[in-house]
Amino acid sequence: MTTYAAPGDSGSVMQFKPRYEHFIGGEYVAPVRGRYFENPTPVTGQTFTEVARGTAEDVEAALDAAHGAAPAWGKTSPAERAGILNTMADRIEANLESIAIAESWENGKACRETLAADIPLAIDHLRYFAGAIRAQEGSLSQIDEDTVAYHFYEPLGVVGQIIPWNFPILMAIWKLAPALAAGNAVVLKPAEQTPASIHVLNELVADLLPPGVLNIVNGFGVEAGKPLAANKRIRKIAFTGETTTGRLIMQYASENLIPVTLELGGKSPNIFFDDVAAQQDAFYDKALEGFAMFALNQGEVCTCPSRALIQGGIYDGFLSESVKRVEQIRQGNPLDTDTTMGAQASNDQLEKILSYIDIGRQEGARILTGGERADLGGNLAGGYYMQPTVFEGQNRMRVFQEEIFGPVVSVARFTDYDDAISIGNDTLYGLGAGVWSRDTNTAYRAGRDIQAGRVWVNQYHAYPAHSAFGGYKESGIGRENHKMMLDHYQQTKNMLVSYSPNALGFF
Amino acid sequence: MEHVPARVALTSEAADLLRRLRAAHGPLMFHQSGGCCDGSSPMCYPDGEFRTGGSDVHLGDLDVEGIEPVAFWMSGSQFEYWKHTHLTVDVVPGRGSGFSVEAPEGVRFLIRSRLFTDAESAALNPTGGG
Repeated sequence: MTTYAAPGDSGSVMQFKPRYEHFIGGEYVAPVRGRYFENPTPVTGQTFTEVARGTAEDVEAALDAAHGAAPAWGKTSPAERAGILNTMADRIEANLESIAIAESWENGKACRETLAADIPLAIDHLRYFAGAIRAQEGSLSQIDEDTVAYHFYEPLGVVGQIIPWNFPILMAIWKLAPALAAGNAVVLKPAEQTPASIHVLNELVADLLPPGVLNIVNGFGVEAGKPLAANKRIRKIAFTGETTTGRLIMQYASENLIPVTLELGGKSPNIFFDDVAAQQDAFYDKALEGFAMFALNQGEVCTCPSRALIQGGIYDGFLSESVKRVEQIRQGNPLDTDTTMGAQASNDQLEKILSYIDIGRQEGARILTGGERADLGGNLAGGYYMQPTVFEGQNRMRVFQEEIFGPVVSVARFTDYDDAISIGNDTLYGLGAGVWSRDTNTAYRAGRDIQAGRVWVNQYHAYPAHSAFGGYKESGIGRENHKMMLDHYQQTKNMLVSYSPNALGFF
Repeated sequence: MEHVPARVALTSEAADLLRRLRAAHGPLMFHQSGGCCDGSSPMCYPDGEFRTGGSDVHLGDLDVEGIEPVAFWMSGSQFEYWKHTHLTVDVVPGRGSGFSVEAPEGVRFLIRSRLFTDAESAALNPTGGG
């Protein structure tokens, strides 16, 4: 095991600056109104840096810089842009440990995840879109012997991106990589809970992109996010968050007639068919781990498998062994590599989780393990820790229908295939789902019948680039994490060319 | 006519905050969110900033002494899953995300819920229209 020293302590692999400004036009600049906000770590609840509190004036300055940079950037060759993305990936990889520790300190998540998943995935994502843009081809259609329709991909120009707090770096890269690869200039607003780590990363790569191609304006949603999302000078807005803000952003976008991509969360079912327990083998062990995956990232994942549906024939045994597996989760200092679950990202997030424990109890859901705030004592006493919690109940309860965004799974029983699909699809959302079966026909059919954009079969929570990610139903619009995301950041230019020397004969 | 119980209420701390926010932002409204990150939290906006429509349900108006009532809305699809519960708008230290106007104050509105009693359920308009 390794326990990393906390940023701020001597011996830490990274140190935050005492203050982070906006990154506009290739340099760090102070906010126009001169205000800053404190940034606490959820690990201890203590403030570790302060961050520029952006307003509309800062957003406009960033848009000025982006519009200055976009025309030339949009005409760079795919090879040049891919080269920059690959160099960004190399720099991040060379500093993986320090960036991962910064991310854990900022968000509260266990560093075993940031070291093994968040940052490596971000690196790979940049390389993937570097490759995708090199390989992208336009098309041509021969209309007739003398007429050809050419289809060129062109960048949108300047785009806005609003990043969530659950994967501050990975979600930023998910949005940045396709936008930059496609030749757009970006104004990005990090989440107000987690604004610092993206700057730790940016400082390592800031010299690579031409000034103004990437601009980062920090601040609160109402003060900096709205002036960006509602701005007439963006050609597209991308947002990851929740439904009301998603609708509000669509309303702003409708005023400017620009496209949106939205990723708005889910209430993902994780379905275990009877045959999972046909043998007590490695696969069965994998399925138990699959149940416990709701605790990944403290449950703060849009695709958290927060509804576990278990078939009646194995229900009691599988559930009791799953609960044992959950009870082996090791909570503690997120900078300890043996810790398997860290802190919730903020106090209000913890309070919201506890409010759901309360309504779950009132509705008659039974707590099989957890259900309380975790007091880890010592210097972690001020952090925001929640016990991993397993509820048992039925699907119409609110804890089965609302995204708690915490380490809470609600378990229900199903009788047969149709019952599984019926319960699984009885939700407003359709982002993720898990299907577990040894029978390929059952797994295939269930995977197709579940109304969700991503169905994991005999696994959960894998996020490789080149595998499309996005929602059905109220979970959003668009597909990230795949080359098809390039379409969301490109226009199609059709040049319809006549090679005939002759008049049509109409006039 | 039988008294129809309110679907939504607020704590005195939330009322105090709404009065302060009213001074800065003008008349206010709530729309209850769903989904990830800051989902399942109530979003507070300047009244009219968020356009409600036929897909939304008006759960009621919060009476806040000294300012005009604050309308509370939720999407109809979400209401179908929430309508058996009474909601109280509270406030906790935090930051939230989204565009809710209280976030810069270092606090976040939060919903606390309880089940309606049988008597309340019987008296409620089943559509919950307000």
